Formats: sequence, C-alpha cells, structure tokens
Amino acid sequence: MALDVAGIRNEFPILCHTEAERRLVFLDSAASSQKPRAVLGAMDDYYECHHANVHRGVYALAEEATAAYEAARLAVARFIGAPSPRGVIFTKNATEAINLVAHSFGRARLRAGDAVLLTEMEHHANLVPWLMLAEERGVELRYLRIDDQGQLDLTDLDQLLDGVRLVAVTAASNVLGTLNPVRRLTDAAHAAGAVVLVDGAQFVPHMTTRVADLGCDFLAFSGHKMCGPTGIGVLWGREDLLDSMPAFLGGGEMIRDVRLDGWSPNELPWKFEAGTPPIAEAVGLGAAVAWLDNLGMDAVREHEISLTAYALATLAERHGDALQVFGPADPTQRGGVVSFTYNDIHPHDLSQVLDQAGVCVRAGHHCAKPLMRRLGVGATARASFYVYNDEADVDALSDALLAATDLFAPA
Amino acid sequence: MAVLEDLYREIILDHYRNPRNRGELPSPPAHRAEGFNPLCGDEILVWVEFDGERVHDVKVGGQGCSISQSSASMMSTAVKGRTVEESRAVMRAVKAMMSIHESRLDGDGKEISEPVAPDPGVDLGDLAALRGVVKFPVRIKCATLSWNTLAQVLDEAEAGTAPQG
Repeated sequence: MALDVAGIRNEFPILCHTEAERRLVFLDSAASSQKPRAVLGAMDDYYECHHANVHRGVYALAEEATAAYEAARLAVARFIGAPSPRGVIFTKNATEAINLVAHSFGRARLRAGDAVLLTEMEHHANLVPWLMLAEERGVELRYLRIDDQGQLDLTDLDQLLDGVRLVAVTAASNVLGTLNPVRRLTDAAHAAGAVVLVDGAQFVPHMTTRVADLGCDFLAFSGHKMCGPTGIGVLWGREDLLDSMPAFLGGGEMIRDVRLDGWSPNELPWKFEAGTPPIAEAVGLGAAVAWLDNLGMDAVREHEISLTAYALATLAERHGDALQVFGPADPTQRGGVVSFTYNDIHPHDLSQVLDQAGVCVRAGHHCAKPLMRRLGVGATARASFYVYNDEADVDALSDALLAATDLFAPA
Repeated sequence: MAVLEDLYREIILDHYRNPRNRGELPSPPAHRAEGFNPLCGDEILVWVEFDGERVHDVKVGGQGCSISQSSASMMSTAVKGRTVEESRAVMRAVKAMMSIHESRLDGDGKEISEPVAPDPGVDLGDLAALRGVVKFPVRIKCATLSWNTLAQVLDEAEAGTAPQG
C-alpha cells in the first residue's frame, strides 16, 4: 500500500510549523532523519513519569524504567528478526557498534598477517576502526573495488577471501545508494571461514531487515537515521560470538562480580553496556521502530523506490548533461540516496544556493573520502529521501538547481 | 535573512573563475603546507618562496568551493611581495573582518571571547569582498582555510624548519 505522505508529514512537528514562510524541503535524512510526535512523546512520557536508573533500584519506579528499557530492546530485536533480545546491544550509534567489534573481536581474534576485507565504498565509520587495528596489530586490509555503475566488483571475491578472518561491508552505500549483495558476500565469507559485520546504517531504516536473511554475524545501525533520537545505536551479534568475545568498556552494569583483584563479566547483552545507558533514547528508538512497523517496511521501501525513480527521471529530463548522478541507474538496485554534481558548481556552493529555497541537501565527502577519490571528485551534493518526502520535494530541488546555474554561469 | 548576493560578490566570483597565482613552486627552496577543511573536503596547498624576510612568490593548489578558492586567490595577491610581518597583519585584518573570536576560560570559569584585533591601517583591497561571509557562519571556515595554511607556512619558515617536498 502506498504511503499517505501528507498524513505522515503532519506527524512531524518540524515539517509543519505553521509560522514557517515556506515548506521545509528536507532532503538529508541519510545524515539524520526527522522525528515523529510518537517518538518525541514517548521520550517525554518516559522522563515525566517513569525515569530512574535501570537495573539498580528495587522500588517500583526503577522497575518501570528497566521494563521500558528492556521493552525497547525487545522491539528492536523483533524489528530486525533477531532470534532473541540477548544479541541486541545498545550503543551510542553505528560507529560505536563497529568500534566495539573492532576492539573486542578484532583485538581478541585477529593477529598480524590476518586479513580483513572491506570495500572502497565504506563510510569512515567502517574504515577508520580497521585502519587503527591494522596500524596497531599488523592486520592486513583488503578492499573490494567498485565498477563504474557503483556496484561491487566480485570477480576475484574467492581469491580475496583467502586468509580473511573478518569481512566488514555496508549493506547500502551512503553516497551511491548501492544495495550490496550481502547474502552472496556472507555465504562466500562463511565458506572461507570468515565472520561478517554488516554496516546497516543506511539499510535498516529503509527496508525490511531479517538478520537470518542477511546471513551476517554482526549488524550495526543508528537510531537517529530511522526516526529515533540521537545517542542510541545498535550492535546485533550472534550470541555465541558475543559470548566468546571479551568485554569492551569496563564499568558498572557490565560486571557480575568485582573484587579488588579481579572481575567477571555480566551476561549478554549487559556485558557490553557499561555505565548508565541512554535510557530515554532507547525508549525513543523503541517507539520509532513501532511507528515504522505500523507504516510497514515494505511500504517504506516501495515509496522510496518510486520517489527515487521519479527523482532520477525528473532530474535527467530537466537538467540533462549538466547533472551527473553517481551510483546504479536502476531505482530497485539502490536506496533513496542520490549523489550528484551539477554544472561544475562546487557542491558546497550548490547547497548554499539550494538552502535559500528551503532545500536541505548535504554537500561534501559524506565521510567517504576514499570513495570520493575513486569517483574522481572532491565532493558531491546528496539528496536523500525518507517517508515524509514526496514528488513536491524533488520538484523543489529541481527548480532550485536552476537558480544556482544563473548565479554561477560564467560571466 | 542573509541574501546570496552578500556572499557571492562579483569580485569573489571573478577570483573563483580566474584564480591568480595558481600552480606549484619547486620545494625546496619553497616552503609548502597543506590545509584541509574536514567539513566539506576542501584541500588547499600553499607554496611560498622567501627572499629574506619577504614573500617573493606564492602559488596555490588544491580544490574547493568558490569561497575557499577565491579567498586563496586573493590571499596570494595580497601577500606576494610583502614582508612576513606585513603578511601576518593582513591575515589578522581578514580574521577580524570574519568576526573570528578567540575564546578561553578565565580562572573563574567565565568565558572570555575577544575578537581578533586588526592592525590599524591595513588596506584589504579586494579582500573586503569577503565581508559578506560573516552572515554565513558555516562558510567562514572556507574563507579562512587558505589563510590558516599560509600561517602554517610562515610559522614553519620562521621556526627554521627545512622546506619539505
């Protein structure tokens, strides 16, 4: 069923300020999405009626807070098809989730000479932790390259996997929109004896996610890109792996016993959640996944395909060769992320001009500098769509691009 | 609301379309520094060849938006032929124009924020066109990138660090 975008927009306070002079054309949800009233209300309600520290007090209020926090974990587990909430670890964001794996799994299991396979389209969040590990431990990093359509080149996959202990790959590129063949990669990696971490930051917010279908061993994503608050992210991991991994941060909550001469770790998932967690943020994320579930993730994905198809067609028709779009041409092969350059105008200038028309697009390297170098550009502009965007937003972007041409046309 | 014409003055667009002193200098003898704007990925390379205390030649490389590139172009023409001290005075004048404040906390934890003080009598020339950038705070970093990179070159030269290729 198609999404009722007008109705959805009404649920986002930031999109319907009545005093605003004009419509907010928010096309930067790949960086961070806006929040519906359901999420904001759930967080307010938590603070106003239920807040205490979790897993500490025996009084009723503390129990309510703990119940709300653990209910959020259960909601997230269901949302990604996890077999149990024990494998759902709350982190600060996807970046911290990946760092957790790099520190804990990476330092315990990877030795000098072991290889980690990445791709050249990774976000810095899925590059720098591995570069740090490579520097520290002498781990070898290998990269899957991309072709000119922005798809991974899997020609030498089996050869590249020889000696690889871990594969870390994004499910959906934050620059190209490319949806990677995660299942094919996880099958090949497992056959080669490697475990697989999937960066789901641009995937989980946009389509039905089942960890069993992805076949991965770890899945990392952020709450704030899926209608949830900032400050909360998730690492899902296979329980046997998580059980066998050393703890990451040390402190309260993550221990079973502490003596002056030693300590023992708590059970999953708390073993990886040191200190007071972001409780209200978890509650907000729980409300966000419930809200998305209510829309239906298949409908969310359908909406995104149709809006991306409209954007690619409209922009090509109206702007022709002035506009260069990166990534796959087929909207069913990509997420709702459209990176482009326009008329040799620097993306930073382009974004500035679009802002005057109330159009918010990201300009820059999108935390993917190696990919920018591969594409041969210093930066791109990027429009990204979510459930509250419609064709009017695309039209506003398209109109505003013409204003930029006028300003920067050679004198 | 700030209007685009404040930002994209004709002089700025002219320097953007026809950048002055674009190129490289052999290093050594020229000193070289690289500047990055991590926000947008802009990169600036500045080469300076000194003749004693004087900036004998300047070349600018790299890529970036109209503000960073035009500011770099104007920077190169503003300091070429000047002494190091005069170049620093122009730099302070540009930063003052950008309303750049240097913040610190005093002993009581109170924030002291003081604008960079310009030297009296510095003629900004074309550089005055950058005044409009102040209305677009995000872009101040674009405008100051080349100046900070120049400062790095001057500091290294004064510290007697050997030019690096």
